[in-house]
Amino acid sequence: MADDLLRLENVSVRLGGREILKDVSFSIRPGEFTGLIGPNGAGKTTLLRVILGLQPVTSGEVLLDGAPRPHRDSSIGYVPQKLAIEPDMPLRVRDVVSLGLDGQKFGLRLPSRARRERVSDMLTAVGAQRYADARVGELSGGEQQRVMIAHALISRPRLLLLDEPLANLDISSEQGIVSVLARLARAEHVAVLLSAHDMNPLMPVMDRIVYAAAGRVAVGDTDRVVQPEVLSRLYGRHVDVIRVHGRILVVAAPEGVDEAEVAAEDAGAIR
Amino acid sequence: MFTGLMLNTWIAGTVVAVIAGVTGFFAVLRGSTFAAHAIPNGAFAGAAGATLLGFNPLAGLAVFSVAGALGIAGLSRRARNDVATALTLVMMLGVGALFVSWSTEYAQEAYSLLFGEVFGVSSDEVVPILVLGALSIAAIAVMFRPLLLSSALPEVAEARGVSARAMELGFLLVMALATSMTVPVVGALLMFSLMIGPSAAARSLTARPVLAMTLAVMLALVTVWTGIVVSYQTNWPLGFFVGVMGAFFFLAGRAYRAAASRFRPRVA
Amino acid sequence: MHYIFEPGFFSSGPVHVALAVGTVIAITSAVVGVFTVIRGQSFAGHSLADIATTGGSGAFLVGVNQFWGFLAFGTGAAAFMEMTGVQRRRGRDVATGVVLGAALGLAALFLYLATQSSSTTGASFTILFGSIFVITTSTIPALIVSALLALATVVVLARVLLLSSLSPDIAAARGVPVRAVGTAFLMALAISVALSAVVIGAVLSTALLIGPAATALRLARSPVKAVFTAAAAGVLAVWIGIVLAYDSYYWPPAGRGWPVSFFVVTLTVGGYLLTGLRRREPQNRRPAAQDDHDPEHACSPA
Repeated sequence: MADDLLRLENVSVRLGGREILKDVSFSIRPGEFTGLIGPNGAGKTTLLRVILGLQPVTSGEVLLDGAPRPHRDSSIGYVPQKLAIEPDMPLRVRDVVSLGLDGQKFGLRLPSRARRERVSDMLTAVGAQRYADARVGELSGGEQQRVMIAHALISRPRLLLLDEPLANLDISSEQGIVSVLARLARAEHVAVLLSAHDMNPLMPVMDRIVYAAAGRVAVGDTDRVVQPEVLSRLYGRHVDVIRVHGRILVVAAPEGVDEAEVAAEDAGAIR
Repeated sequence: MFTGLMLNTWIAGTVVAVIAGVTGFFAVLRGSTFAAHAIPNGAFAGAAGATLLGFNPLAGLAVFSVAGALGIAGLSRRARNDVATALTLVMMLGVGALFVSWSTEYAQEAYSLLFGEVFGVSSDEVVPILVLGALSIAAIAVMFRPLLLSSALPEVAEARGVSARAMELGFLLVMALATSMTVPVVGALLMFSLMIGPSAAARSLTARPVLAMTLAVMLALVTVWTGIVVSYQTNWPLGFFVGVMGAFFFLAGRAYRAAASRFRPRVA
Repeated sequence: MHYIFEPGFFSSGPVHVALAVGTVIAITSAVVGVFTVIRGQSFAGHSLADIATTGGSGAFLVGVNQFWGFLAFGTGAAAFMEMTGVQRRRGRDVATGVVLGAALGLAALFLYLATQSSSTTGASFTILFGSIFVITTSTIPALIVSALLALATVVVLARVLLLSSLSPDIAAARGVPVRAVGTAFLMALAISVALSAVVIGAVLSTALLIGPAATALRLARSPVKAVFTAAAAGVLAVWIGIVLAYDSYYWPPAGRGWPVSFFVVTLTVGGYLLTGLRRREPQNRRPAAQDDHDPEHACSPA
């Protein structure tokens, strides 16, 4: 569609003899909150790296506003899964967020009040004002995520990518991050593409889902995509979808299960 | 070439090579190249100090080497590993430089302690070298399996009750004791090359631990023996041969690996 | 005052030169050192120093001022290291170690040959352990220019280096030429090493690079503070080292003085250890950076 912010067309990526992504196509509209859901090894990180321009595609196209993705692009913000930094890193939280504005530029810049205020506002928006002067290497996982979200959002990107931001967090931190993200994304009209292996924390805020498994994707509304037929076709083997207490569980059958057996079981079994 | 003082050198050199092969195997496995470089420098300081005071240099060597190992281990707790190693390394060299500057023959002495001296082994040093060498090898033999496991698969080892910290400290200490005595022969600055070059080459040739270690020892022996012979003839420093031959064996090992994988794409 | 500064200190020509040049070099090394430690390239810095030793020995052998040898071999090695960069870290350390061994072996040979052809016995000691008191006046312009070049490089790259250390992926995604930046930094590092080698010797030059930087990282939280603290620490170490070295001419053993490099190294390492005693950081939050590591072990796996 003409007003797509991001569009992937038939993207395939081959690495080390393996096909990581197979003919992936989907699009994201401005302001849309999309969950990239799938098990480990499905190719989610590779997909994000393709969008960021860090991973070349074997075939297919990545289009930003209808045109091929430019090399130097500041309209996509990125929050990586983990930062490999040491505790002695001489960067305070506010320094990290400030780098979000101009960390890619060469040369010196003079400090300015306007910049300081903008950083402060951003920190308040993500709820990190409290530890603005702490070393980034000494923060907990949840705190670091908030800081990196601030870092990514301060340059006002139109699309924000997050790689498994909820992976190592406890439940309350998880909910905090999701609500901060949703609120800010709506306020700034930023599209979000967030990868996770559990879709449940995102159910309240996701507009659409891109479900990834075995290098392929199924795209659309959650209700229509997260169905046994769709996912079984994606995984290439029998998959059950269990809905209990408003939560969704996707369970793949063990290897070597005979399809006919399962069908017979389903027909005759007591649920 | 095989009489008197040179006999001492042959014995010491052989012990040095065996030690280098054994400890070097683990140093390469654990990625402790930097520590292997740093620890003998404590020996440099110790030898210089001991010579100054008239002690048997081996005592000074051992004490300072162990101090260096403890320094690295201790500093590593609160700082990055490479920073701790770098600072310990220069501190010991600095102290060594001080001791050497106090003696009258300072240039020559600094030189031979750092780069090796084929005539550097006196008669009253040979027996302690043999004893310490045997002890070091015994220590490695005792630690062999837990150390191997901890080096290759640290989490598995930890789960089985082998503390990574204890193994690291133990290994550093053995390396300190073992390499300290080699300083008179090979030189503090080049000892690590004798450890790393042959061991890295051996690992390119085989993945089996005991075989790799044996190969490392053999390559180290070849290096030292060749070095002694040529050094005796030309008077060039022994350390030169150690450094250059170590590099040669390493490159040869890599070349073999590259050629082998081209002709046999499936790993055996 | 009389006890601290021995007679003749303030009027001595070599001391003036030492103080002036030493200050510039200390600042450069400290600033470059901060980024070296952040990027985990302390071993690379030390390797360049050892390779510089070969350069200095070679220069001495052919009768050229050792600074050119330090510089040529150092920058050459840096370029080589970048071009043949190995992906896995362990492979790189072993390869670097082996190259170091060959370089040091060559240095041994050069020094030996040099002492055979001329009878300058103290020279090898100076190359290895340096002496800021015997800087040749003709090299001073080159020293200053090199220092300014290295400093300028790091200052221009500062933000990009910090971003790359925070996350190489974010930097790359924003269009930072990560590889080129790394190479430029390594060159600045090589120049710094050559400069420190002039002051305290090739073998010890890491002390001026890493010591003040490591100290500053313990004390300062922001990049600007870290850089200024490191520079101050480096300059202090060099000044006090020069004073003590000058005074030590009157200490036993008589007439020769203790090596200035010994003092500088002891001061930089000592300063670092002292900060370790004072620092009491609040331990109430569990750092994310240590999630996967042994909780007591505050450094990265090898």
